[in-house]
Amino acid sequence: MIIISFKKVTKRFADGTEALKDITITIPRNELTVIIGPSGCGKTTLMKMINRLETPTSGEVYIDEHPILSKDPVDLRRSIGYVIQKIGLLPHLTIEENIALVPNLVGWKKSETSDRVNELLEMVELDPEIYKNRYPLELSGGQQQRVGVCRALASNPEIILMDEPFSALDPISREQLQIELHHLQKKIKKTIVFVTHDMDEALDIADNIIIMRDGQIEQMATPSEILSYQVNDFVREFIGMKRINGKKVFGDRRLKELKSLFDTTVDREVEPVQSSISVKQAVHILKNKPQILLEVKEKGEVLGYLGYDHLLQAAVNWSGTDE
Amino acid sequence: MNKFITTIADRSDLIIEALFQHIYLSFVSLLIGVLIALPLGMFIARYRKYAESIIGITAVFQTIPSLALFGFLVPLIGIGSKTALIALIIYALLPILRNTYTGLTSVDGSIIEAGKGMGMTENQILVKIELPLALPFIMAGIRTATVLTVGIATLATFVGAGGLGDVIYRGLQTYNNSLVLAGALPVAILAILFDVILKIVEKRVTPKGLKV
Repeated sequence: MIIISFKKVTKRFADGTEALKDITITIPRNELTVIIGPSGCGKTTLMKMINRLETPTSGEVYIDEHPILSKDPVDLRRSIGYVIQKIGLLPHLTIEENIALVPNLVGWKKSETSDRVNELLEMVELDPEIYKNRYPLELSGGQQQRVGVCRALASNPEIILMDEPFSALDPISREQLQIELHHLQKKIKKTIVFVTHDMDEALDIADNIIIMRDGQIEQMATPSEILSYQVNDFVREFIGMKRINGKKVFGDRRLKELKSLFDTTVDREVEPVQSSISVKQAVHILKNKPQILLEVKEKGEVLGYLGYDHLLQAAVNWSGTDE
Repeated sequence: MNKFITTIADRSDLIIEALFQHIYLSFVSLLIGVLIALPLGMFIARYRKYAESIIGITAVFQTIPSLALFGFLVPLIGIGSKTALIALIIYALLPILRNTYTGLTSVDGSIIEAGKGMGMTENQILVKIELPLALPFIMAGIRTATVLTVGIATLATFVGAGGLGDVIYRGLQTYNNSLVLAGALPVAILAILFDVILKIVEKRVTPKGLKV
């Protein structure tokens, strides 16, 4: 299942700054993993380790258990798609020639390449007949980055790296491309590593989010996990309380968040539960014994009691605050 | 005016021979200048720590007054077209070298990063990205060098290498202004002609995608 893994990776630049500090993490296959963090946190450096645009000072990066430092960097890069923030299309080549770049480098047949170019352009909804022979500067920013994505996908790589690919675009194109990427990923199921500093973008498109700070990984989790549980204040602050409250699914809320609704007295049979369990889990317990109350405990102390009717009330309140 | 025409008619042998010598001197020195400066420019664009000093050396050569440079070379190499060519090559170097370097180093870093990230080798990046994008700069350098060379080649007469300078010098010695003009005019026309031709070449080689 695992495709890319970092083992004790450290990167120290010549000036002494530590961009990455002893990072060990695995990035799952066929999922879109977003690396996010404030600028200077090492997120781009971490991503560039994968195609060896950066090399670790110590530690090792593996793709499918093979250490990538033993591979030829040029071959490695040809097997990994790469999309950059500044798009980086070659202005003197046509759209077709740009997309065909890697297939040509690895020696595909002409007909094969040209079919592939048409297929990719159609996939990102650019009519090949119109755009194939145009030059990058004749296209809008959004269209250029669509071509950038096509170029990265051209030779059908298993892994695609995207370095803040949409951050230079206007908000409308950005949102459109995020949606398109989301749909595209459902179809192609590649292992995508996506660097961004935009939390909304991350929550929208990611299967997994890696939050970084000062060269270290603070938390790795799915978007819904990260919204319902943050390891520390930094993560909480970085995501922002508004998003945490606004985007969380009701079922993922923790019981302790509903504290204001708890009863303090009991008139029925109770079952002790931890305050950190989610509403979903609580409903699951109550489904079997609908008549009882849950005794919500935190560190051995009883916070209060709640049953079905409390959860119903909480759900009503929740939908009311949901802007 | 009449005198000018008769001068040209009388001295046509001399003028035509001088013209071809002049073309030969300018063209050969320019060609060799390109052959030296272009690879050197690529070299210093890749190994930038040498750039300052190498460009500096060619700049120092450029500051030597041309008449003096011809003078310096005679005791070292003797007289003849070899001396003239060496002097002319030295003058052609700086504009080509500097423009090649500027052109290569001003290519947008993100394009090179994209190329590298897609698995192009350093040489592929040079040939497929950097050189095509730097070509307008390089051509501009060659054009500057051309006009410069054609002009300075008139001094080749002082080291016995011929050229249109012969005609001008002879005219000066004999106080024959028509003859001076008969030498100077072709030099100017030659410089303009070369420049126009190279301008057309420049337009041809400028990548289509850069013109939009």
